[in-house]
Amino acid sequence: MTDATITSAPELIRAAPELPDLLPPVKLRGGILGFVRRHPAIAVGGALVLAMVVIAVFAPYLGTVDPTALAPTRRTREPSAAFWFGTDMLGRDVYSRVLYGARVSLTVGFSVALLASLAGLIIGLVSGFVRWSDGIIMRVMDGMMSIPPILLAIALMALTRGSVGNVIIAITIADIPRVSRLVRAVVLSLREQPYVDAAIAAGTRTPMIILRHILPNTVAPMTVQATYVCASAMIVEAILSFIGAGTPPTIPSWGNIMAEGRALWQVKPYIVFFPAVFLSVTVLAVNLLGDGLRDALDPRMAKRL
Amino acid sequence: MSPVLLEVNDLKKHFPLRGSLLRPGGRRVYAVDGVSFQIDKGETLALVGESGCGKSTVGRAILRLFDITAGQVVLDGQRIDDMPAGSLRPLRRRMQVVFQDPLSSLNPRMRVRDLIAEPIRNFELAKSTADMEARIDLLLEKVRLPHEAKTRWPHEFSGGQRQRIAIARALAAEPDLVVCDEAVSALDVSVKAQIVNLLQDLQREFGLALLFISHDLAIVEHMTHRVAVMYLGKIVELAPKKSIFAAPKHPYTEALLSAVPMPEPGAARKRIILKGDVPSPINPPKGCRFHTRCPYAFDRCRAEEPELRSTREGEFVACHLHDLPPAQNPLAATGPH
Amino acid sequence: MALLEVDNLQTHFRTPDGVNRAVDGVSFAVEAGETVAIVGESGCGKSVTANSILRLVPQPPGKIGGAIRFQGRDLLKLSERAMREVRGNDISMIFQEPMTSLNPVLTIGRQIAEPLRLHQGLSRESVEQRVVEMLGLVGIAEPRRRAREYPHQLSGGMRQRVMIAIALACRPKLLIADEPTTALDVTIQAQILNLMTDLKQRVGAAIILITHDLGVVAEVAERVMVMYAGRKVEEAPVAELFRSPRHPYTRGLLSAVPKLGSSLAAAQTRLAEIPGVVPNLKQRIAGCVFANRCALARDLCRRVAPALEEKAPAHFAACHFAAKATVAA
Repeated sequence: MTDATITSAPELIRAAPELPDLLPPVKLRGGILGFVRRHPAIAVGGALVLAMVVIAVFAPYLGTVDPTALAPTRRTREPSAAFWFGTDMLGRDVYSRVLYGARVSLTVGFSVALLASLAGLIIGLVSGFVRWSDGIIMRVMDGMMSIPPILLAIALMALTRGSVGNVIIAITIADIPRVSRLVRAVVLSLREQPYVDAAIAAGTRTPMIILRHILPNTVAPMTVQATYVCASAMIVEAILSFIGAGTPPTIPSWGNIMAEGRALWQVKPYIVFFPAVFLSVTVLAVNLLGDGLRDALDPRMAKRL
Repeated sequence: MSPVLLEVNDLKKHFPLRGSLLRPGGRRVYAVDGVSFQIDKGETLALVGESGCGKSTVGRAILRLFDITAGQVVLDGQRIDDMPAGSLRPLRRRMQVVFQDPLSSLNPRMRVRDLIAEPIRNFELAKSTADMEARIDLLLEKVRLPHEAKTRWPHEFSGGQRQRIAIARALAAEPDLVVCDEAVSALDVSVKAQIVNLLQDLQREFGLALLFISHDLAIVEHMTHRVAVMYLGKIVELAPKKSIFAAPKHPYTEALLSAVPMPEPGAARKRIILKGDVPSPINPPKGCRFHTRCPYAFDRCRAEEPELRSTREGEFVACHLHDLPPAQNPLAATGPH
Repeated sequence: MALLEVDNLQTHFRTPDGVNRAVDGVSFAVEAGETVAIVGESGCGKSVTANSILRLVPQPPGKIGGAIRFQGRDLLKLSERAMREVRGNDISMIFQEPMTSLNPVLTIGRQIAEPLRLHQGLSRESVEQRVVEMLGLVGIAEPRRRAREYPHQLSGGMRQRVMIAIALACRPKLLIADEPTTALDVTIQAQILNLMTDLKQRVGAAIILITHDLGVVAEVAERVMVMYAGRKVEEAPVAELFRSPRHPYTRGLLSAVPKLGSSLAAAQTRLAEIPGVVPNLKQRIAGCVFANRCALARDLCRRVAPALEEKAPAHFAACHFAAKATVAA
């Protein structure tokens, strides 16, 4: 390498040719609009879920009447200005019933998601960390998973009387194995990460390792899973109510509204139609939210071109 | 006072393979199968070899990230391989580690400040919050990162910067020994140079001993004092740097050195191409483990496993060639390679 | 007319935080039978360049601009169908990770046969014959037996040989090797480099070798081009580049690489460092891309991006302060 290769003053300055932009520049929009553009799934899913929550909470103020009020003289009216979703075979306002029904579905969905996540988290952590317990716990979970969740829930409901609380417990029990499996898988892979070894070498005790290193990194996959559990719980509740093993008929739930409207499905479809639409939209929204969260919470460094 | 900081005697680590229905259990991976060496205070010992030779396993065994199968690990006169976990914890202060992958060696959900504070807190080295902050600032300075790095997250940094954070974390415990497990292998050429220079500077400043595990011989030559070459779980040659690079005594070392491509076009070199692939550590060859690929193998090599023996002061080789008269030993030359 | 002519290649990607100008104006040519190395560190765009030649870049979010003329035809203007006939047939590629580049559920015989069946429409016996021939060519013993094995039964070095066999099956005129030995042990790397030099003679293909390892470049390449931040900063015949690099980045790179045998020298020098970090390619860079890390950088460099000029015979560098060689030098 000789220094004759450097010159102190270039004799002729030649500039590199300007090359065009192949793609239009990306406008980095901050604020809400930017967020929506970057995470459309979270924005749409989240907005719809929020709308449902608002409907459920503020149902009494959204132009509803008593959903259980019977009025046989007004039975099976078509949707009209007076009764937006029509009335059912007992004269009850379908609109009010559907809005109040949101309460049941959302309560069940969120409660099951929360409880199953908590229980699954503890079981998964123990199973992943305490080696000798892993075999036993997983076999028990396998046993529970081998029974279709709906049948399990029906069986559990048969042992008690129908109430929203019992529905929640039954579905939670059916969903725990799924969450614990996921947590266990995440824990097992996290244990192998070099940063866990580094923490051990740095003298960190096992409880702190679980708390500071393992737990925070399970939150992301668990949150995503929780949304799917929520969606599935809402459907299971609807099915249970549909077959009469869920929410008692005195409390309107999308499932039992559809159950009652089933007989008139071909002549008065609106009784089944509206709760079905609400259920579908809510479940779709929750799943969309889950998908969006999963993409957003992915470790940033993973994707790079 | 003995200058020896770490002593490893006949270290063995075997990983059991689970049996299946068709093949009953009992098979093991002989990852490390009888390794002995010493590291003095303030010196660098490089452990080199290719994948599967067991060098990373040796590093992890010393750090007691798992229990060893047999042998002894002695840190400054104290045996640490069979200590209960509670008594071991305060001793962990003296040996720290920097791993290969800058991405996964830092918890992505912890800020730099907390990552570095962890060992300080564990070993109760800070007297107050102010002292803790001062220590963190000083460590960041030592690894040539700005103070405000401590409020950021690992993913905001480049690979080289993350390795600096890992080094800062290792130094936080004020260790005597740092195990560098392929610490620069995943970095770009220009960044490797920065980190290697940094490690050397820190070694001089703090009197650190380094166990430098690597497969990159050129980097090793640049920064180590002594070299131990491993093959299939055993050390085949152990000698000071100049001796190994000028005149390797083991056929594997010779082949390894000749295999490294040199950034000198047209340089005439005698390149030894080893035949075949590395045998599996589940089923190492009988006799000398290297005999299946060795260009100089003879009968004794197939039958008897050579011991690691001293040929000169501080130089050890495990090869039957050195029992032959010098005329018949192709590696007996003491001149430059 | 050169075998491959890359003319002002640009490959940009749309990302949520801006347009990533991964390759921004790279031009070079490869003659038939010659070996050209593209050297650079991570993020310089060398792999993207290789993928762009074979149009393996998803468009969107990417977009390729410029011209890539292979035997006179612009590959960027071909239909996808025509392009498929080029891949594996006229131009082949081997990748870095032999583990993930081979299909784990197909035998290696099947995988080598695939391009033969697609492009040459040979009969079953001829294909089998060729597979065994190819395995022999890449130095795999007992080819007939091996052809029936699966990738997981082979070692890393053997898998890389199989990849080379797949790539050369249809006797391509150009082979692109993207970091072919980076994931291999050094003794295995020596075997593979040996094989590649040997095959170069026998098959007569031109090779574009992409690597960050200057040692590999010195061994295998005839001409080298150095890339930085999506641009080409220097190009020269291999001996000339190592002997008198003219771009500050190349000089920095060469001084940062430790050389085997350094301990035998009288005094050991410190490895030279290149301060700073690679600039963010998502923002337009004014002036020279290397200016923020260059010891020679002046105001001029930050304003005007230097053009690639011939500083010595067949030796090009993009630097205002790289001197032109006088006749005597």
